Amino acid sequence: MPEQPIAVAMSGGVDSSTVAAMLVREGRPVVGMTMQLWNQRRLPELAVEGATGRCCSLDDVYDARRVAEQIGIPYYVVNFEKQFEEHVVKPFVDEYLAGRTPIPCTLCNNYIKFDRFLEMADSVGAHYMATGHYARIRFDAGSGRYQLRRAVDDSKDQTYFLFGLTQEQLARTMFPLGELNKPAVRELAHSMDLAVASKGDSQEICFVPNGDYAAFMDAYLKEKGVSVERTEGELVTAAGRTLGRHEGVHHFTVGQRKGLGIATGEPLYVIATDPATQRVTVGSNDDLLSPGLFAKEVNWISIAGVAPGASVPAQVKIRNRHAAAAATLWGTDDPGRVEVRFETAQRAVTPGQGAVFYDGDLVLGGGWIE
Amino acid sequence: MQHFYFDHNATTPVAPEVLETLVACLGQTYGNASSIHHFGQSAKQRLEAARRQVAALINANASEVVFTSGGTEANNLAILGMVRGAQQAHKHVITCSIEHPAVLSPAKQLGAEGVEVTCLRVGENGIVSPEDVRRAMRPETVLVSIMHANNELGTIQPVAEIAQIARQGGAAMHVDGVQALGKIPVDVQALGVDLYSVSGHKLYAPKGVGALYARKGVRLMPIAYGGHHERDRRPGTENVPGIAAFGAAAELAGARMAQDSERLTMLRDRLENTVLDRIPGTGVNGSRWNRVPNTSNLYFDGIDGEAMVIALDLRGFAVSTGAACSSGALSPSHVLKAIGLSDERARASMRFSLGRTNGVEQVDALADAISASVAHLRRISVHA
Repeated sequence: MPEQPIAVAMSGGVDSSTVAAMLVREGRPVVGMTMQLWNQRRLPELAVEGATGRCCSLDDVYDARRVAEQIGIPYYVVNFEKQFEEHVVKPFVDEYLAGRTPIPCTLCNNYIKFDRFLEMADSVGAHYMATGHYARIRFDAGSGRYQLRRAVDDSKDQTYFLFGLTQEQLARTMFPLGELNKPAVRELAHSMDLAVASKGDSQEICFVPNGDYAAFMDAYLKEKGVSVERTEGELVTAAGRTLGRHEGVHHFTVGQRKGLGIATGEPLYVIATDPATQRVTVGSNDDLLSPGLFAKEVNWISIAGVAPGASVPAQVKIRNRHAAAAATLWGTDDPGRVEVRFETAQRAVTPGQGAVFYDGDLVLGGGWIE
Repeated sequence: MQHFYFDHNATTPVAPEVLETLVACLGQTYGNASSIHHFGQSAKQRLEAARRQVAALINANASEVVFTSGGTEANNLAILGMVRGAQQAHKHVITCSIEHPAVLSPAKQLGAEGVEVTCLRVGENGIVSPEDVRRAMRPETVLVSIMHANNELGTIQPVAEIAQIARQGGAAMHVDGVQALGKIPVDVQALGVDLYSVSGHKLYAPKGVGALYARKGVRLMPIAYGGHHERDRRPGTENVPGIAAFGAAAELAGARMAQDSERLTMLRDRLENTVLDRIPGTGVNGSRWNRVPNTSNLYFDGIDGEAMVIALDLRGFAVSTGAACSSGALSPSHVLKAIGLSDERARASMRFSLGRTNGVEQVDALADAISASVAHLRRISVHA
C-alpha cells in the first residue's frame, strides 16, 4: 500500500485550497473533500441577490473542484446535511429561542468537521486530516498531551472556535496555516497560481445569509411548521420600569446597543433576555459588567484539568472578538465545570458563548458560559 | 494508478468502431440533413442509414424511430406527447415506483396538469406484477409506462404481458428501454409495445443521442416546437455524427449480443459469488434471476455506501451507490426503498455494472478491493 493520503477539508476558499496545494507540493498524497452541509434551495425567501455567507453554494464546490483539478488530487463532495442540521442548525435555533447566544462554528467543529469528516477520512483510507484553520498543534512529550496553540497571525487566530477538540482529534489533525499570516497565505496561493488566490474571505455564520440570524430563524421555523409562541414582550430596566415592547427575545443579544427602538438620554444596552417571561432587560454599560462566570461541559486540551478547589492562572476569552482577560480558573466538584474569576470585571458575559482559557499561546481548554 | 470501470449502467466508453464512425462523420459529413445540396444529401443518407441500424436492433420499421437528444428526452416525448395528445376529458396514467426520474418526473408534471397518476409498488424482487397493472387499469387509462430493465437492480420487467393488458384496456404502452438495449434482445413487435425509449451512451455510443420508437399510427403531441424534422415529431437540426455513431453502436450491439451476454453473466456471477462467499452480512438486492447480465446490486451491512465508493475509487475501481443522477443526494435510492430496504441497508448498498472493458483479472481485483474496503469500514464503524 502507498503512503496513506491526507484528507483535506476543502471549502473552495483560499485557505483550505492553499493547504491542499502546500501538502501536494511537499509530495504528500492528498485527497480533497468538500462537505455539503446545507441545501441553498431551502428557505428560498432568504435568497436575496448578492447575499453574503452562502455556505456550500455550487460556486464554492466549483472552486474547490477546480483547485483539486489544478493540483491533481482526487476530489469528492460528501453530504453531511442531515448531521449539520441536527447538530448545528437546530441547536443554533433552539439556543436563541432559549435566550442564549450560540456559536454554531464551534458545534460544527465538534460534531461535523472533526468528527463526521474525520470518520469519513478514515473510511476512505486517510488517517490524517488537514484544514485551513489558523491554529497550531504540537505534541508535548512532558505531559503526553497534544497541545493547541494560537496561530502566528493573531488577527486570524481561530482557536476560540476549536476549544472542543479532543486529544484523539488533535492527534489526527494538521493545521498547516498556523505558522503563516494571511498575506503570506495569499502570496503562496498566488505563487502556486491557485484559481481562488484572490477570492474574498468568508464572513459570519456560513448558513445565515447577510448575518441576519433572526430572519434565518423565522424562515427555518416556518419551514419546519413550528409555530413560534409569541415571543414579543416588554423592554424593562433592571429596576423593573417598562420602557416599551419588543418583537421577540431572539432578536436580542446581551451587550447589544443598537436596534432597541427606544430613545432615552443615556445609551442603553441589553443586559439580559428571559424567554420564560419574554422580558428583555436593558441598562447602562456598567450594568453589563461581571466579575466572573461559570463554564460547563469544559474540554481540557493542553492540561489535564483543574482539581476541585485548586486554581490555575489564565487569560480567558468570552467571545471571539475579545481580548483575553486575566483571570483565575477554579476547579469545582464537577470536573466538567469551572469557575472563572476575572481580575477586572468584564463586559457582556453572554450565556451560550464559549469561555476559552489561555496561558499565553497555549489553549488550556474551554467550556460553555452558563 | 490504473483505474478500472465498473459503472457501465451510468454510461459506457465509446467503442473503437463507433469512434471511427463518429470522427469520420464529424470531419466529413457536416452538411445539414435538411439541405438540398450534395452536403445535405450525404448527411441525410447517414441519418437514414443510422435509423435503419437502430430500427433493426429493436425489430422496428425505420420510419418508427425518432431520434432525440437522449433517453430523458425520449421518455418525456413519449409520456407528455402521448398523454397530452389523448382526446379524453379524464386521463389516467399507470407507472411504477422503481422507474427512472426521467419517467417519474414527467408523470408528476402530468399530475400537476390534472392527469391522475397511479404509481404501482413492486415486490422485494424488484419486479412489477402484471396483475397489479390489470387491477389499476381504468376506462380512462391512456398510458402505461413500465421500464424494461431497472437501472439500479438490473431486474427485467414483464413488459410483454403488461403491454397486452394495456392493449386490452385500450391504453398505450410505453417502455423505458434505456438499460435493456444492447444487454438483452429487444423486439418491439414481439413485446407489443407502442413506445420504447433508448439511449446511445448506454450502448457504447456517445452522450447526447437517443431515440424513441413510436409504433406507426401512434399520435404524439410535440413537446418542443421549431421545424419539421423527424416527421414533425422532434424539431431541431439532427445531430448527424451522434446519430451515425448510435447507428454503428446498435449494429455492433446486435452482432455481439450473444457473446457479450454470456461473458458478462459469467463475470458478474463470478464477482457476486466471490463477494458473497467471502464477506458475511452481504446479499443481493432484488431478484438474482430475471436480470440483465451485467448488473449486480449488493448490500454490505454496517458500511456507508458513499464512503465505500470513495474508498474504492482511491483504490482504482469506479463503482456507484446507485443511479449516477442521484449521487450526492441526501435520501437513499428510491428504488432500494421501493423494494423494501431500510434506510440503513439502502445506504449500505452498491451497484456494480460490468461491460466490455472488464475482464476476469479486473473482476478478481475488484472482489479483493471490496473485501478489504468492507473489512476496513466495518472496523471503523465498530470504533465510532
